[in-house]
Amino acid sequence: MTLATPFKVHRQAGGGAPPDAPEWQRVEPSGQRGPRRSAAEPPLAHGRAGFRGARRAYRRSRGEAVIETALRLNGYAAVILIALIFLFLFKEGLQALFKIPLGEFIGTTVTDYRGYPKTVRLWQPVGGDPKYSLLPLFCGSFLVALPATLIAGVLGVACGIYLAELAAARTREVVKPFIELLAGIPTVVIGFLCLATLGTAMQNLLGTTFRLNAFLGAIGVALVIVPVIASLTEDALRAVPNELRVASYGLGSTRWQTIARVTVPAAVSGISAALILGMGRALGETMIVLMATGNAALITLDVFSSVRTMTATIAAELGAVAQGGAQYQALFLVGAILFTITFALNVVAELVIARMRRRLVL
Amino acid sequence: MSARAAGRRSVATSRRTRIVGAFFEQLCRLLTVLTCTALIAVLAVIIVKGIGVIDLEFLTGAPTEGMTAGGIFPAIFGTICITLLMILMALPLGVAAAIYLVEYAGKGLAPRIIRAAVNNLAGVPSIVFGLFGVGFFILFVGRNLDRVLQTGLLFGQPAMLWAAATLAILVLPVVIVSTEEALRAVPASHREAAFALGATPWQVVQQTVLPQAYPGILTGAILSVSRGAGETAPILFTGCAYFLPRLPVSEFFGIPMINPLDQFMELSYHIFIMVTQSTDAAATRPIQYGTTLVLVALTFLLNMAAILTRNRFRRRAEALL
Repeated sequence: MTLATPFKVHRQAGGGAPPDAPEWQRVEPSGQRGPRRSAAEPPLAHGRAGFRGARRAYRRSRGEAVIETALRLNGYAAVILIALIFLFLFKEGLQALFKIPLGEFIGTTVTDYRGYPKTVRLWQPVGGDPKYSLLPLFCGSFLVALPATLIAGVLGVACGIYLAELAAARTREVVKPFIELLAGIPTVVIGFLCLATLGTAMQNLLGTTFRLNAFLGAIGVALVIVPVIASLTEDALRAVPNELRVASYGLGSTRWQTIARVTVPAAVSGISAALILGMGRALGETMIVLMATGNAALITLDVFSSVRTMTATIAAELGAVAQGGAQYQALFLVGAILFTITFALNVVAELVIARMRRRLVL
Repeated sequence: MSARAAGRRSVATSRRTRIVGAFFEQLCRLLTVLTCTALIAVLAVIIVKGIGVIDLEFLTGAPTEGMTAGGIFPAIFGTICITLLMILMALPLGVAAAIYLVEYAGKGLAPRIIRAAVNNLAGVPSIVFGLFGVGFFILFVGRNLDRVLQTGLLFGQPAMLWAAATLAILVLPVVIVSTEEALRAVPASHREAAFALGATPWQVVQQTVLPQAYPGILTGAILSVSRGAGETAPILFTGCAYFLPRLPVSEFFGIPMINPLDQFMELSYHIFIMVTQSTDAAATRPIQYGTTLVLVALTFLLNMAAILTRNRFRRRAEALL
């Protein structure tokens, strides 16, 4: 009973038991790595020593050692899988660089009908004279992902602020699962609805040339990433210590002044991490853009034009290519680039979140 | 909470400040309502347009007349088979990884690397998993199995096994994160009590921690099944069939069993091809909406089940504290 008390106190101090506060590790880390234990941790010395002693004694039993090794191997599975994904994407993708001259990924010089040389930037991997310019695909991906992140950013941050700062507890209980359910709709369903109903409605409303265009895809993608941004924003705002709010109110601020000048600025790195992760999701989204953007590989800055994203290109073409051919490897190269971009965005977001934790906790 | 209420009552603010504040607060509320409306609109369209199609024949029949009529039973069957196979692969791996992270790993460098890998795995685009499935499972693992076992072209082609394996990697982060959460929720005092009675680390995990964390792990499993059932991109090239005249069932020693080396039809893929590659996309719209309704209902039921399990689990966990 005396042993249990410190944990209870710890939980209550966190305020309503946040999911990561009562970390089992916090009380146990010395089990294996004694010297690593920092002096700043709560005093639980006698409990710990007994613990460690027990562990050491049983470590010698062979069954326990086998189990621990097996669990550790499973633990490393995620690391191995990421490494394998990296390896196999680049193994195929880099071969494309040997088959296709590097300049071809930007543009191909062709002779036009009058006999003059002309540079074209096209993604046309099928046909007698294949062209592998990646520019239209980059263009398409960003033309969908940027508006999608913008729309979902406005909606998601507003939802996050509402859930964390404005809503009454009971309203929150209803609204939050609702927004989470939005993330549970299969993306193929959103893509289908964009194509079948929203496309026509939008064309009638805005009078666009193309029924299926980048903006339509962006709206569909935004629906999928709103829950991501909303819940991460809410988490970031909840991590802001209540003392800051209280101090702000104490100085006579209104609720919105506190949100706009204290809470949101304090959580700004968490919110930007949410936007970065949302952007990564938007770039990687496949089924919606495949069905809703029209799939014409154009270089354009017009969001109401048909575009073809990197993901849609892979999804549309991989089924019909010869294995080991130049196009096959070019598609893996596109996949490898996509993987690299989203990986980089994830790492950046993680660093930003880690920075926020350090700043807020200390 | 009391601090927030106090903010509302503050007096010494100008009229303009109060109006601006009220405006932005209402804006946040409005945008939240808008987001919820989008969900309701999506569901309403699917239900209104899909409900008329669904009857017993639609749910139990096979597609007929060149996929322009008939039911979707093979797709439902395929979805169930592949998600079961997927969770059979993902659950042991994910649960073991989470047990290692929470109960054994402590705080060193290794768990930090593993957590970073899990986070990144969760952010990998689904189509990249599809590419990986083709490049690794089918062309590398499958073809080499064929070469070693001298089986011709048995493993080295798209099959349910490879599609399930690809999906299993996709949902692995979901399983790991939810299992971790479930293990953390078990009070440390219970572990210490067990250790004090002389239990070994594995006995503590097996007899004290896992029984309590079990509902939480179940929640994660249900959520991953729901996620896996809705994904299309990873299985596009790893095993889905446009149309199969038979179910992916073969007789092993006289007993009909699911054949993991067969191709299969799947609900989300069925929607995709009916919409984009059907011989008459406009005429099959009702079938498309019907299939969509079945898929959405399936994933929603699973999500609902997961949320209910989680809530019951949370209440019980709180009662333990």
